[in-house]
Amino acid sequence: MTASPDVAQLQEIARITRLDIIEMLHRAGSGHLGGSLSATDILVALFFGHLRRRDEDPCWPGRDRFILSKGHAAPAYYAVLARLGYFPREELFTLRQFGSMLQGHPDSGCTPGVEIPTGSLGQGLSVANGLALALRLSGAGSRVYVLLGDGEVQEGQIWEAAMTAAHYRLDNLTAILDRNRLQIDGRTKEVMSLEPLAAKWEAFGWHTREVNGHSIPELLAAFREGAGIKGRPTMVLAHTVKGKGVSIFENQKKYHGVAPNEEEYRQALKELGGR
Amino acid sequence: MSVAEESTRVEYGKTLVELGREYPNLVALDADLSASTQTHRFAAAYPERFFNLGVAEQDLMGTAAGLALGGMIPFASTFAMFATGRAWEQIRQTIAYGNLNVKIVASHGGVTVGEDGGSHQALEDLALMRVLPNMAVLVPADGPETRAMVRWAAAYQGPVYIRTGRMAVPVIYGGDYRFQLGRGSILKEGEDVTLAGIGLMVHACLDAARDLAAAGVSARVLNLSCLKPLDWELVVDSAARTGAVVTAEEHMISGGLGSAVAEVLSEHCPAPLRRVGIRDIFGLSGKPKLLLEHYGLTAADIKAAALKVMEAKARSGGTRKRAGVAGGTS
Repeated sequence: MTASPDVAQLQEIARITRLDIIEMLHRAGSGHLGGSLSATDILVALFFGHLRRRDEDPCWPGRDRFILSKGHAAPAYYAVLARLGYFPREELFTLRQFGSMLQGHPDSGCTPGVEIPTGSLGQGLSVANGLALALRLSGAGSRVYVLLGDGEVQEGQIWEAAMTAAHYRLDNLTAILDRNRLQIDGRTKEVMSLEPLAAKWEAFGWHTREVNGHSIPELLAAFREGAGIKGRPTMVLAHTVKGKGVSIFENQKKYHGVAPNEEEYRQALKELGGR
Repeated sequence: MSVAEESTRVEYGKTLVELGREYPNLVALDADLSASTQTHRFAAAYPERFFNLGVAEQDLMGTAAGLALGGMIPFASTFAMFATGRAWEQIRQTIAYGNLNVKIVASHGGVTVGEDGGSHQALEDLALMRVLPNMAVLVPADGPETRAMVRWAAAYQGPVYIRTGRMAVPVIYGGDYRFQLGRGSILKEGEDVTLAGIGLMVHACLDAARDLAAAGVSARVLNLSCLKPLDWELVVDSAARTGAVVTAEEHMISGGLGSAVAEVLSEHCPAPLRRVGIRDIFGLSGKPKLLLEHYGLTAADIKAAALKVMEAKARSGGTRKRAGVAGGTS
């Protein structure tokens, strides 16, 4: 865990990560834009400001673990992993191509740094629970982090796993929910109501903290708080904007799974300030 | 053959306790059926390494995957129907696709579940598991084979599915039996027809071979307990030698042993084949023995199938000629 992360530096990493995501998707011609941009600040705060890890030894057994349960945010995840040195940055621009180490959704068999294949929604929290149990049994002091989508928590398995984490008092587990309020077919409240979401997690026995999911300091504070909670798991309910960072993508359901065209690409680069 | 000893599920439960002593990182999981699957024995011996997930099979499989990811050797158990049916996509996405070291040992396969009826009788589990890359699919025929398979699975790195049964079964193998991945065994030599069984039906094949011998027919009996990867060389060798094959399984005739053997034969050694199994129909409540009779899963049914497949062989003019169809009605 970084002692006191430089917030301005993390914000700059987030800006560059968003540029990478735009570039990757534009070149790939497909991919999940909106949910990658909504999750960018969460991933940057977590990986660059909080997770216990060693740059020189990515497989260090004492590392904290991360599972991207909302696997379609793979572009953001890959951009972060490349910046951390798991693979060369050039690989980012092979995303979704035949023979690439970067599959459309995370595949642990292909991509260094990816712990488990995801992409079929609703499964990552159960895996995080098992991992947290294993780390507790083996006496490792490391923690498990898992990022969920808000549409994803419509899956029943999420609530099975929510019960399990509380039942086994998994205080070495923090789940983060990217609450961007949109899913493929529209607003979550129109497709399938989720609220009261915080109260649901509280009722399931989780320490629940709501934050602005684009505020690096708020995210870091919530992660630190969760690491100190005893006897129950932590839910960081991160309120986000789908497509965050580029005005034309923000809160637009059409950019869930669409790559920017030439014109949109140029505008995105302009708004994000270029390299 | 000795008299009935115990069920494959009981032997699993006992072996798991032994393995718990040998592997400090071995853990067991269940979904509220630990007394039936026999993981309750492990739970009693190693409570800190046993995790009950409640009635939540999808979460059971995901949690097992996470434990494997964290360096444990998880054995996850529930009824075969719920393990492979309810949680198939969890097994596919996380365990098989991730090639994780999870051992799924599912009990109550087949109609011999008995009185619980169709909802609880897994007749599709082998088909569902056989299509998954990375997954080994095993069905023990008796106690010693169960013990050998479970011990092998603990030492093997990768996902494994083992189906156990509810009923007590006679003992075929000695205590020195060793399981090998991808290998079947010849339980009896014979020249006229091959009877290839799996699980409980191996015993019916042996009984049928004895009855056939009384009628002057010499049957080779195979135990194809390793359904995937299948011992295709043994299947081809048996078809080439005997010229006629019968498969027997307590499972749908589509997708399980009959299909696997038909696939191998049609590609490598076309030969008359008849499949004894469940024919596109769900299970019923009843006493196990009565259900086996009702669904045509007895030694007499295997014997009848053997005589029919030998007629097909005779019509086609001998051992190695192309004849017959893989399928049809019995």
